[in-house]
Amino acid sequence: MASNIVLSEVEYNVVGKRHLRPDGVDKVTGRAQYGADVQLTGLLQGKVLRSPHAHALIKSIDTSAAETFPGVHAVVTAADLPFASLSREELGGEYQRLKLASNHVLASDKALFKGHPIAAVAAESQHVAEEAARLIRVEYEVLPPAMTVRQAMESDAPLLHEDLFTSELGELSDKPSNVASHMAFETGDLDEGLKQADVVLEREFETASVHQGYIEPHNSTAFCNTDGQLNIWCSTQGPFVVRTSVADILRHPVSRVKVTPMEIGGGFGGKITAYLEPIAALLSRKSGRPVKVLMTRTEVFEASGPAPGTWMKVKLGVTSEGKITAADIFLAFEAGAFPGSPVMQGAACALACYDVPNARINGYDVVVNKPKTAAYRAPGSPQAAFAVESVIDEICEQMGMDPVEFRLRNASREGVRRVEGPIFRRIGLVECLEAARNHDHYKAPLEGPNRGRGVAAGFWFNRGFQSAVNISVNPDGTVNLIEGSVDIGGSRASIAQQAAETLGIAYEDVKPTVVDTDSIGYTMVTGGSRTTFATGWAAIEAAEDVKTQMVERAARIWDTPVEDVQYIDGVLSHKSDPELRMTFRELARQLLGTGGGITGASNVDPTGEGNGFGVHIVDVEVDPDTGKTTILRYTAVQDAGKAIHPSYVEGQMQGGVVQGIGWALNEEYFFNDQGQMMNSSFLDYRMPTALDLPMIDTVIVEVANPGHPYGVRGVGEVPIVPPLAAIGSAISHAVGRRIDRLPANPGAVLEALS
Amino acid sequence: MPGLVHVSTTINGNPTDFLCEPRQSLLEVLRDVLGMTGTKEGCNDGNCGACTVVFDGRIVTSCLVLGVEAQDKEITTIEGVATPEGLHPVQQAFLENAALQCGICTPGFIVATKALLDREPDADEGRIRHWLAGNLCRCTGYDKIVRAVLDAEDKMKA
Repeated sequence: MASNIVLSEVEYNVVGKRHLRPDGVDKVTGRAQYGADVQLTGLLQGKVLRSPHAHALIKSIDTSAAETFPGVHAVVTAADLPFASLSREELGGEYQRLKLASNHVLASDKALFKGHPIAAVAAESQHVAEEAARLIRVEYEVLPPAMTVRQAMESDAPLLHEDLFTSELGELSDKPSNVASHMAFETGDLDEGLKQADVVLEREFETASVHQGYIEPHNSTAFCNTDGQLNIWCSTQGPFVVRTSVADILRHPVSRVKVTPMEIGGGFGGKITAYLEPIAALLSRKSGRPVKVLMTRTEVFEASGPAPGTWMKVKLGVTSEGKITAADIFLAFEAGAFPGSPVMQGAACALACYDVPNARINGYDVVVNKPKTAAYRAPGSPQAAFAVESVIDEICEQMGMDPVEFRLRNASREGVRRVEGPIFRRIGLVECLEAARNHDHYKAPLEGPNRGRGVAAGFWFNRGFQSAVNISVNPDGTVNLIEGSVDIGGSRASIAQQAAETLGIAYEDVKPTVVDTDSIGYTMVTGGSRTTFATGWAAIEAAEDVKTQMVERAARIWDTPVEDVQYIDGVLSHKSDPELRMTFRELARQLLGTGGGITGASNVDPTGEGNGFGVHIVDVEVDPDTGKTTILRYTAVQDAGKAIHPSYVEGQMQGGVVQGIGWALNEEYFFNDQGQMMNSSFLDYRMPTALDLPMIDTVIVEVANPGHPYGVRGVGEVPIVPPLAAIGSAISHAVGRRIDRLPANPGAVLEALS
Repeated sequence: MPGLVHVSTTINGNPTDFLCEPRQSLLEVLRDVLGMTGTKEGCNDGNCGACTVVFDGRIVTSCLVLGVEAQDKEITTIEGVATPEGLHPVQQAFLENAALQCGICTPGFIVATKALLDREPDADEGRIRHWLAGNLCRCTGYDKIVRAVLDAEDKMKA
């Protein structure tokens, strides 16, 4: 059977061990409370009416029949939002944050994608709310949609926003356009770099819109009390982000909004935007009752935030020794209906794996009549890597070079400056490439017809940002750890481990709890591969605060100067008097009688995030009759810095790989010519099942991040970056034709073969 | 509003009576009428398996069964898998093998897995993957789930 390898440099007592997660029993017994499970006295059910058109003017909305339908308590439209109808002139610099965000929640004058919310109803039951929503009469003037970047960038394309002007390298253009912005990164001298090259290869790529595919649909329950206190229970990666969004869009004091994050059923970046929360709040304000609003699976596909479809061009120049001298890259990303695709991140990631002296990257953020894109695991990086890594693979093929050796010759390492400016600190790409080269998988020959092997590397920044943790000592020597980071995949464990390690106590003696926005300091989203790094850091600082206070208390009890007391591995002792010694637990028992309890607190914003790299190897077999690709073997290598909980690091790697496999082979938003999504169910939007896959082998490389006490880098996003290119190249080798469009589904592979 | 129907059934070994609308699914009845929220909704069209329950010995997606069809049937949900003494070996194996990340698909996987191992205690990897193909998980890539099922087989024999 397949293998999971951990290459550790440093061993700790608690960190690096495979402990049981604290929320595990609740989650295997069905007792964990997710957002849809919320029950409140007098709870109403909400239903959102959505646009059936991808692009249409809203001429009128008549809600009267819905309002008088038996069992209905409230109906809302954009007229209930304070900023929905204000102009760019009236809002100035707040235009995007307030007006466009309002229009995203509920359309005012224009529907910009099929599924765009138009109105919402709160009623006694879900079925009554659905019936009433159907009674709302909306008069549309249907407009032609612009569905792809290529189409939307044409000069005669239908305009989504009459008041959207291109931000052209920082300057606003004077003519309205679907191109929201054009940004560029440049380094060295591109023309000179191309002259130095012996081989120059230029290729063009396209990828389809895909969805994060979390199994739990969006949900939100809100209760707006008569005193103005607004309470929200929802499924979100960022309760503080939801708090800010709701306060902004509803013009509600932020201090009067409390967001309670329920257990979250997957997110991958797609559960940061507040889609339903402002609607539930409006319905509650109007009805005076708590209101729960749920999305159906179709609504999730049509009206949450997919990852952008793209159009990309990559030109690379390489010497005969296999050294990259130049790169010219064009990236155009779909933003969806409102500006804000991750094209900037895609541009910054595109060449991050390599030391490229001369490069130019142009990025375009383009609005189209699709749902506004949201983050999806390393947003922008998988698409860019598909283009760049595919060109590298083709160059290796042409030059007869080993693809791992080629990457080692060009690999980024400490001191290399990225094209967008930052200089790498200690990173582990070389170590990952070497681990891949040494792996059984890479050494094993791949034999048989219609088979191919692909290799690709991938990069993600990993993030820092704000986190807060409080730790209180219990009389029995355990501690309660309070955090604001939603646990989306085992982070209660990885945070508790870091606190236990720092305090020198057992993992089981730390009880972590995720709390609402009133009960902990500001904590940024669970996303950006930041949680185990930044909230872990907050836990370490809070634990250090506890230690300091425990030392002071011991000094007081022993009537000795603080300087004489030391704290080592959970034991307090006098530096010179061996008689004076207490374990953490013994001192904890005495706290209440010697000055009161102890709570350590921290608010951090760490800047030492460690960049992440991965290298993947995949073997595929393509059926020449059907075009179907089977994954025969897959190995993912990644630098985790330090794997705090190796099982959940492996889980992140395996999960990211499989999402990448789906992206490469099957998943896409399929639209008809009116811009309506035709495959908005899990039957037709084909995500990988257990039957489609082999085991996913992993190698965790540990090159400690110097910017974190235990060396953590963050791991969640890198694993989805290499699969698109690795699989595309593997198929190319299997069938003898390059794959330049994703998904490479059976039809596309047959087309490439014909 | 349509009239309510009285249904007598057995859930997790307990005789249970409830009133439901004819249009309500078994999933809605479990969650909204009976407050048994361990069974999850992921798609409401039978494609994700998060709402899997055992229905007279067969696993079904409860979103595709009507509440009124539960009359005189035996139903097992995730709430009926553990005992007061502790977790079922399948649950213990999922926990120990880190076979869940977000956990939303976990109740469905555990109900489906228990149904498999109750009839095929020696199912191999291929059989497990085939049996669980009706349950979607987006977090794990299924690797640790399949390992957990194999581990559960060992635990159940011990």
